[in-house]
Order: sequence, then structure tokens, then C-alpha cells
Amino acid sequence: MHYLPYGIAAWIFCVGIYGAIVSRNLIHLAMCLAVTQSSTYILLLSIGYRKNATAPVFKGFENRTKGVDPVVQALTLTDIVVSVTVIALILALALDAHKDAGTVDPDELVGLRG
Amino acid sequence: MNRRAIRGLVALPAIGVLGVLLAWGTSGLAPFGHFHGFYGQLLNAITLPERHTTNTVTAIVFDYRGIDTMGEELILFAAVVGVVLLLRGAGKPTTRDVAQDEVRSDALRYFGVAGAALAVLVGLWLVAFGLVTPGGGFQGGVAIASGVVVLFLTAGFRSWRRVGKERHLDPLEGTGAAAFITLGLATLIAGAPFLHNFLGPGEAGTLFSGGSLSFLNWAVALEVAAANVVLYTEFLAQYVVSLVRDTGDE
Repeated sequence: MHYLPYGIAAWIFCVGIYGAIVSRNLIHLAMCLAVTQSSTYILLLSIGYRKNATAPVFKGFENRTKGVDPVVQALTLTDIVVSVTVIALILALALDAHKDAGTVDPDELVGLRG
Repeated sequence: MNRRAIRGLVALPAIGVLGVLLAWGTSGLAPFGHFHGFYGQLLNAITLPERHTTNTVTAIVFDYRGIDTMGEELILFAAVVGVVLLLRGAGKPTTRDVAQDEVRSDALRYFGVAGAALAVLVGLWLVAFGLVTPGGGFQGGVAIASGVVVLFLTAGFRSWRRVGKERHLDPLEGTGAAAFITLGLATLIAGAPFLHNFLGPGEAGTLFSGGSLSFLNWAVALEVAAANVVLYTEFLAQYVVSLVRDTGDE
């Protein structure tokens, strides 16, 4: 049980990577990347978890209680922002490719035209 | 050899290496629930006495690692600029074209407007108390932007476009990004360190906690909300163009 959350993160990561490898559609690929990246949120948050600790928000606590690690939570926030920007750009590029070539299948996008 | 076989040949060794790295990396981690990172524990202990903020995560984002957040905000800004460069102006629908997505149900329209107002309100609340309770500029900004999407879903593209005009949205987004840097540079010019808290720590647990950190918080909220709304505008404009194409241009 001690390593189960890490295992879940690894499993989600593998699912995303598998999807990206067999993907035949750029939009599907962007979704796979989102899945892959969400595994890093689980990994970061489960690394920072401490048994019997509260969230690192201490409003309303009279005596100082033990909190989970706040640094990985801040990192997760950065992670989510990066994920949003990457997916927005990939989707915009996919739209652009579809406008030019009429397809979002990477295999059919091989022939470049000026 | 077909494409499928080539793909397998390229992927298998890479997956093997990745799997070994993953197993090796995970085996070095502390068992779940037993993490003893010194940095995190230190920040949990000193944030309230030192910065008078009860939300340690927001204090890290805007104070202890404030310069990282500036980079993060600029990443978002750059990505939005990229999307706008790629998509804007390419097949923009005219007002006549988008008439067919008009919402005819009054109930849907009223509940939609109420839902949008609620989302914006929750967003503003998340931002305002970002240094006190869970929340902050990033989370609140996204919630505010989601209110605009509710408006699109329930009231149609045209009503939504009345709110989301480029000449209003783009300056807002730029202001959000610029305000963060300006606040940092202003403290530098005044002779203090970059992003120095010039108002002092304030009173813990109130809206005044964190001092000038709340300005950074609101700058990020503005940037994130405007960036998300600009992104939605660009993608939805493309979607409406595709609707017009599918039903045939007449």
C-alpha cells in the first residue's frame, strides 16, 4: 500500500503515452498529453502527503498543526498552467493543419505544401 | 514494413528505458505519507508568523517563489499570443452567419445568465480570499473565465461576443501580465528587492493579510481570466465557422 499512489500515477502516465503512440488524430494526441500530464499532478501531490496532516491552509487553527507539503502543491499549480498552455497551442496548430491539409491524421500530413 | 511496425520498433525501446527509469525513480521516493521534505515543513512553520498569510501555498506562489510565478504568467501570456497569431482573422464568422445558434428557450437563457453570474462571483471570492483560505489568482481567474463560457453555452455566440470583444480583452490580458512585472520593477526602483512586500505583512486571516501580495494576486487573476477568455473566444470563433460550413453557406 505504501507505493500504491505512485503506481496509480505511473499507470495513468503509461495510459497517456500508449494513447499518444497509437494516436491517429492530432486532437486525440492533445487529449493523451493531457492524461499523461495529469499523472504528474497525482505524483506531486502524493509525494507531499503526510499522514495525519491537514491542508497547508491554517485559517482557524489555534495551535499549529502538522500540514502536508505546500511546495509540491504550488508546483502542481505551475504544472496545470503549463498543461493548459501546451494543449491550447497544440489544438491551435491542429486547427491550422486541418485548414491547410483537410485532415488531422499525422500520417496524412506528411506531404508539405508551400 | 508498414507504418505500424515502424512505430512499434521506435516505441518499444523507448518504453523499455522509460519503464526502467520510472521504477528506479519511484523506488527512491519516501513511502506514501512519510515525506519529510525540510523546505515544505519550514515554510508551513514560518509563513504565518513571517508573512501573516494563512494559505501557505499562495504565500509560496506570490512571495517565496514569486519570480517563478512571473515566469509562469509570461508562459501563459506567450501561449495566448501564439494561439491568437495562429487563429485570429482566419475565417471569422460575420454576424449574419452565426444567427443559427441563437438560443430560443427563455428558461435556458435566464438560468444561464444566473449560472454565469454565480461562476464569476465564486471566482472573485476565490481571488479575494486567496491568501486566507484555499484559492488564489490562478484558481479564481479560471473560475471567472468559466462564467463567460456558461454565457456562450446558454445564450449563444452573439450574446457572448457582446462581452468578449478583442479590443477589450487584449488590453486586459496585457495589463495583467504587465502589472506583475511593474510591481516588481517599482520596488526595485524604490531601492527594495524585486517584488518586495512594500505594505508590510498586514493582519493574518483578514483581507489585508499579505500586504502587497494581494496586488500580485489580483494581477495574476486578471491575466489568467483574460487569457482564458481570449483562448475560448478564438477557439469558439473557429467552431462557429465550422458550424456554418457544415450546414452549407447560403
